[in-house]
Amino acid sequence: MIKGNFVDNLPKIYGIYTGGFIGFIILMAIGEQMGMTSKTIGICFVSFTVFIYALIGWLSRTAQASNYYVAGRQVPTVFNGMATAADWMSGASFVAMAGGIYFKGYGYMALLVGWTGGYVLVATLLAPYLRKFGCYTVPDFVGTRYGGNLARLLAVIVLTVASFTYVTAQINATGTIASVALDIPFQYAVYVGLISILLCSMLGGMRGVTWTQVAQYIVLIIAYLLPVFWISNSIGAGFFPHFMLADEVARIGELEQQYGFVKNAAADLKTVPKGLAGITKAHSAVNATPWAFISLALAMMMGTASLPHVMMRFFTTPSVKAARKSVGWSLFFIFLLYSSAPMLATLSKLALIDPNLPTGIIGKSVAEVQAIDWYQNWNQANLMFISDFNGNGTVELNEFFMAGKAVVLATPEVAGLPYVISGLVAAGGMAAAMSTADGLILAIANAISHDVYYKMIDPRAETAKRLLVARVLLVVIGFAGATIAAMEIQGILGSVIWAFDFAMSGLFFPLVLGVWWKRANRQGAIAGMALGLASSIWYLVWVRTGGSGFLGITQLTFGIFGSFVSLVSMVVVSLMTPAPNASTQKMVDDARVPAGAQVMTQK
Amino acid sequence: MSKNEQHWEKTRGLLFVTLAIWFVFSIGIFLFGAEMNEVTGPFGYPLTYWFTCQGSLGLFVILIFWFANRQEKIDEEFGFSEKGER
Repeated sequence: MIKGNFVDNLPKIYGIYTGGFIGFIILMAIGEQMGMTSKTIGICFVSFTVFIYALIGWLSRTAQASNYYVAGRQVPTVFNGMATAADWMSGASFVAMAGGIYFKGYGYMALLVGWTGGYVLVATLLAPYLRKFGCYTVPDFVGTRYGGNLARLLAVIVLTVASFTYVTAQINATGTIASVALDIPFQYAVYVGLISILLCSMLGGMRGVTWTQVAQYIVLIIAYLLPVFWISNSIGAGFFPHFMLADEVARIGELEQQYGFVKNAAADLKTVPKGLAGITKAHSAVNATPWAFISLALAMMMGTASLPHVMMRFFTTPSVKAARKSVGWSLFFIFLLYSSAPMLATLSKLALIDPNLPTGIIGKSVAEVQAIDWYQNWNQANLMFISDFNGNGTVELNEFFMAGKAVVLATPEVAGLPYVISGLVAAGGMAAAMSTADGLILAIANAISHDVYYKMIDPRAETAKRLLVARVLLVVIGFAGATIAAMEIQGILGSVIWAFDFAMSGLFFPLVLGVWWKRANRQGAIAGMALGLASSIWYLVWVRTGGSGFLGITQLTFGIFGSFVSLVSMVVVSLMTPAPNASTQKMVDDARVPAGAQVMTQK
Repeated sequence: MSKNEQHWEKTRGLLFVTLAIWFVFSIGIFLFGAEMNEVTGPFGYPLTYWFTCQGSLGLFVILIFWFANRQEKIDEEFGFSEKGER
């Protein structure tokens, strides 16, 4: 059936895969009709998809450094776009984003703008030039452009701080989903999630991760879009929700007016389980100051352009030209999900709060709502809660509480969709979290094995030994991440945003100026990375321990302060010290021109 | 001016144009979020709301493809584009 070159057959291979997956969904739907329990369906969905990813990981095994680090630089633009989209969209995007929009409306949607606008910076400022450079990792670029082990080491440190903050949240998410779907305790489920993640990346490195990420993208996008369209149709909101929800958005505004946002007494709120929230902000009205919105969007955009696990995906394209186009495809595939999240939030909110809909619970009697099946299920899972604060026997808007992730996980059930959809959503969330975790763990392990071990400690190491070190590190870092995830320190979304802030504080200007300012030198870059990261950590600790902050920069946007310090120190120190030598300047010139050989030669 | 310098000058020009468009739709319009939201936008959504959930996002996708094509043209003009590769 499959003849010739693997890369030429990709559309066929993934076409068959997609068809197979849809067939599997239909099979499960038939199973449900024939009496399969919801638990069995959940187990089937998660274990079947994870098995496929592991199989792809095994088929992609390799013993070559260029395959392991950059997938042999032969990933076509569209497929690299899908892989980047899966790499990018984490458990947070999949599970938590619609929930955030549901609760916080407009102010929260700054993240949508930030997490997409950043790709314009990636495409124009960095990706094509770093691709031409021919580096294996982001610190590899810093180390070669600025020279010296200290600059390289600092880049590895920034990368590790940012990526590790991010990865614990992802392993946590795989653990949450595995524990619900497979019905095992969370502290074991975390390791089940971790082993699934390592199966994809250990044997094939970047090559294995690339081809599993494409497969994971297909699962997660089907799992996200199918329910959105289905819910929209089942509550009669329109068959193509993205273009047809204006009336629903207006109706939510009307209901908000009618109910009002009643503030609950502190004593009442104490009785609400931890992590659940009520609707307290307007849905589509502008409910944030311009600076609050813009600073959050800006921090996320600059963070996007500094996160190494995203940047390294563009090292895998066959050419500079392909790297540029590939950024466009990446954003297109991300756009498909991000433009649907606000629609899901709108549908979910309307379904729950509109008394004219059969699913609406606001205005019904408390006893009636407590008797609903789905309410009981999600209440038991600690994701939903109602309490009759004012004692009038009716559920009010301010008496209904939900967890952020319940918007994605529970809405299909609320809208009366069959359980097979909930199983599909679990598989999608698992795919989203696994693909991001894979990219992050690989970014950290590759940076340490390539930049610290090979470039600094043992430059004469054989390929086999280098790859062995890389794989051992992968396992060690994975287990470290899982151990911290098992302690459940922070929520999923908080730590994700911190990762962006750390990355932009330490890496944004050293990377951008490395390409766009020839005068930037080693001393400047060292100052920029060290002071940028240090000042961002200082600011975060200060704000977290009761500091007031300044200029409205919060613990979500502290990267703006860190990157400003980084820029100033980098420029000042660069200008105070001698200009880089002629060979470095030539390297920058070469990187700016797509034609010709890569700047670096890799073994 | 050498060929490389001319090429870089044009490349930088394209960068500034692209980033200016990017700035308007990621930051500029949200300075006037409250005022703009009074206006009805495409498909009947409030205008600022539409930009945050579809407009700006879609525009960034188009902007990147436009930028990539323009940059390819510049590279070809100076004979700097890659040969014999996909």
